[in-house]
Amino acid sequence: MPGKVHVTTTINGESVEFLCEPRQTILEVLRDQLDLTGTKEGCSNGNCGACSILVDGNVIDSCLMMGVEAEGQEITTIEGVASADGLHPLQQKFLEHAALQCGICTPGFIVAAKALLDQESDPSEERIRLYLAGNLCRCTGYDKIVRAVQDAASEMAE
Amino acid sequence: MATKTEDYLGITDYKVIGTRPIRHDGVDKVIGRAKYGADIDMAGMLHGAVVRSPHAHARIKSIDTSKAEALAGVKAVITVEDLPLQEDKIEDLGEGAANLQHLRANVLADGKVLYHGHAVAAVAATDIHTAQEAADLIDVEYEVLQPVLTVQEAMKEDAPLLLENQTTESLGEDTGQKSNVCTHFRHELGDVEKGFAEAELVIEREFDTATVHQGYIEPQNATALWSADDQITVWCSTQGAFTVREQTAQILDVPVSQVKVVPMEIGGGFGGKIRIYLEPLAAVLSKKTGRPVKMVMSRTEVLQATGPTAGSFIKCKMGVDKAGKIVAAYAYMAYESGGFPGSWAAPGAMCIFAPYNIPNVLIDGYEVLVNKPQTMAYRAPGATNAAFASETIIDEICEQLDVDPLEFRLKNSAREGTRRADGPVYPRIGNEECVKTALSSEHYATQLNGKNRGRGIASGFWFNVGLKSSAAASVNSDGTVSLVEGSTDIGGTRTSIAMQLAEVLGIRAEDVKPQVVDTDSIGDTDVTGGSRTTFATGWAAYQCALDIKEQLIERAAKLWEISTDDVVFDNGTFSSSDSSKTLSFKELAGMLDETGGPVMGRATVNPSGVGGAFAVMIADIEVDTETGKVEILRVSVIQDAGKAVYPSYVEGQMQGGIAQGIGWALNEEYAYNRDGLLTNASLLDYRMPTCLDLPMIETHIVEVPNPGHPYGVRGVGEVPIVPPAAAIANAIYDAVGVRMTNLPMSPGEVLKALWAKNGENGTA
Repeated sequence: MPGKVHVTTTINGESVEFLCEPRQTILEVLRDQLDLTGTKEGCSNGNCGACSILVDGNVIDSCLMMGVEAEGQEITTIEGVASADGLHPLQQKFLEHAALQCGICTPGFIVAAKALLDQESDPSEERIRLYLAGNLCRCTGYDKIVRAVQDAASEMAE
Repeated sequence: MATKTEDYLGITDYKVIGTRPIRHDGVDKVIGRAKYGADIDMAGMLHGAVVRSPHAHARIKSIDTSKAEALAGVKAVITVEDLPLQEDKIEDLGEGAANLQHLRANVLADGKVLYHGHAVAAVAATDIHTAQEAADLIDVEYEVLQPVLTVQEAMKEDAPLLLENQTTESLGEDTGQKSNVCTHFRHELGDVEKGFAEAELVIEREFDTATVHQGYIEPQNATALWSADDQITVWCSTQGAFTVREQTAQILDVPVSQVKVVPMEIGGGFGGKIRIYLEPLAAVLSKKTGRPVKMVMSRTEVLQATGPTAGSFIKCKMGVDKAGKIVAAYAYMAYESGGFPGSWAAPGAMCIFAPYNIPNVLIDGYEVLVNKPQTMAYRAPGATNAAFASETIIDEICEQLDVDPLEFRLKNSAREGTRRADGPVYPRIGNEECVKTALSSEHYATQLNGKNRGRGIASGFWFNVGLKSSAAASVNSDGTVSLVEGSTDIGGTRTSIAMQLAEVLGIRAEDVKPQVVDTDSIGDTDVTGGSRTTFATGWAAYQCALDIKEQLIERAAKLWEISTDDVVFDNGTFSSSDSSKTLSFKELAGMLDETGGPVMGRATVNPSGVGGAFAVMIADIEVDTETGKVEILRVSVIQDAGKAVYPSYVEGQMQGGIAQGIGWALNEEYAYNRDGLLTNASLLDYRMPTCLDLPMIETHIVEVPNPGHPYGVRGVGEVPIVPPAAAIANAIYDAVGVRMTNLPMSPGEVLKALWAKNGENGTA
């Protein structure tokens, strides 16, 4: 096993350094080394989206990105979505619309939906469904999730 | 199911029940702070991995762990030899049951592996990668045997036997006959032969349904610490901390008091997180190493080795008379139990004809071993398979009689006093109301137009369960109440339970602080399953509140120096009967110290007045006749909730159940090859619905109060998964004229049916 690699990156706006083995994913680093356990592991092969993070604004399944690839990148995890001023409108709308049941997919959905709303202020239902199709939810049937994203988009546009 | 007494209070002006507060655990779950089992980290923690069988059916000749043990970082290796021997004894799991010998042989194979992915050995190492490497270094020598993969194969007399000592129990008696058929049971009502003789029209078909998985997004996980004083703590993702405690204590052969189970947040269960898999392995590895051991399944392990639910073969036959009344029904229901006994034909048989009043019924049920993982409950277990058969037959009857499928259902509806074939006589139920609501819905009134489009209807039933629940609550000096209970919260039940307490005390839902606690901190509480949690644990919370109310009335009486009979409590205010003195709940809560000290309420319940739930689904679909793909255009679900305590989450259950049912109907299946190896153990190939596959899911909550609950509550979680497979099959028939009798109705299957009807170059 080759030695550990030193990585310097930005996570949720703060400069972070860590050592990781080349075989470790950024998901493993976030969860097991940096205590950022809000990012969830559902399948470890890029099919469920529970581990969605933003890397330079793009939605990435963190189980498919190696820890060493974080060098020089700007990463946002679910822990970085709310601010000191309070919840992000998406988080508030997920609560108001009952858009979560067990909650395990929720961080991934909020992170992915944030990426969408950061790029598009008024996505159609079809566009939201397409954009979030990489995130699996087994509890809600997606109805309330889509409505929460629609409502958050309207509120953010105001 | 019939209730002895009317427990329903008949309240009409609810203050809290029926409202939509923000759930108490919501913020933690949207910001990533909620702690699930896999989020645990502890000083000195080791990581475990499991060695799994590459064969579906094989004898284990030898296991060589020496290379694994020699790997740097490996701290312990275990096999079934490390688990105490078990008696041949059945343990109730709350939803389902387990024979302890089988449970032991399921968590670690005992001489034989019975399915692809069956656990054979386990390892603990300093990190997960080392543990996985060590698992790969364990040499297991197998004698490969012929696998048996369908109930039809397994029931043949010359079929290879999975368990050499398994005999058939038929109609309650052990036949002594060695077989893969574990159980044959029968329900009989009236005279089915006479009934069919009287029928004007008889429809009969055979149905095959694939094995499917619950598909919760969070894999199974368990962390255990076997302390030097022999106290064992287990942190895990489970639907029932107490059943995990019971099973783990049994498998480890220690008293239950030696095991504490801490239920972490649970990332979905749907019936699949009741049986233990990893808990005893983590505990024994911890005992061997003196360190906490964490084990988390990969998705492949979840799909290969945790309980899917039963695939089935069902023959169903129904007859109607000239007046359009169902006069006879027969079902032959053979369900997979997987590698060990215990299956879902029994609940399926309780549901198959349940929405109808049928005088003559015969049901034969069989539970059959096959080389697949031991099956587990999945949301109304057994009922979806059953309704796929019976509701398709009903649709065909309606087509032949040229009657409206909802009018037919109304005419033949079960109601209060109807006897179900398996025995119970219904108390007040809401099936007719559901059908009527469907009939008058805007969806049903809107005509569906377009080529290859069709509409299907199906009904569903789930009986729901009661079982044990406990709750305790303490009054805080600021007028809030802290509530502790033992039902793990999979979808907002902290709040639906807290609301029932708040309603009694006249406080807001937000003024209750509900917590789910470990097995040392609350009385025994059965699983979050059987749609029981809001019904039964909610009832415990209601009782808790009554207890608090009585104690506070005593405090007010003491303060005012009057008799407790002269204290009135109404809408959150205590007053003397002459109205001269009043105190709000909050004011009195602030005076506890001076009136005698803290006030706590407590309650344990085991309610019998369970209210069964009915649902109706309307599905509009379009078939792409070139590819066979079915697109869902519009769906509505109508369901009797009794009383919707927390409507947002009742709708959520309805929508989630419908979505799972649609996945079951159209895409999901365990694909085994001829050698019995699971070829689609990933979420790419085990295809669950995404949000792009579904439209909005329209919900209509019907409220026919359950006479067996103070607030009229019926369980709501399970029944919505029952109608979708049949509703969609019926819609496909309406669209393109083919009767689909196998699940899933994947594009290939639909195309095959179209080709059979029209020829490959047909003009369908």
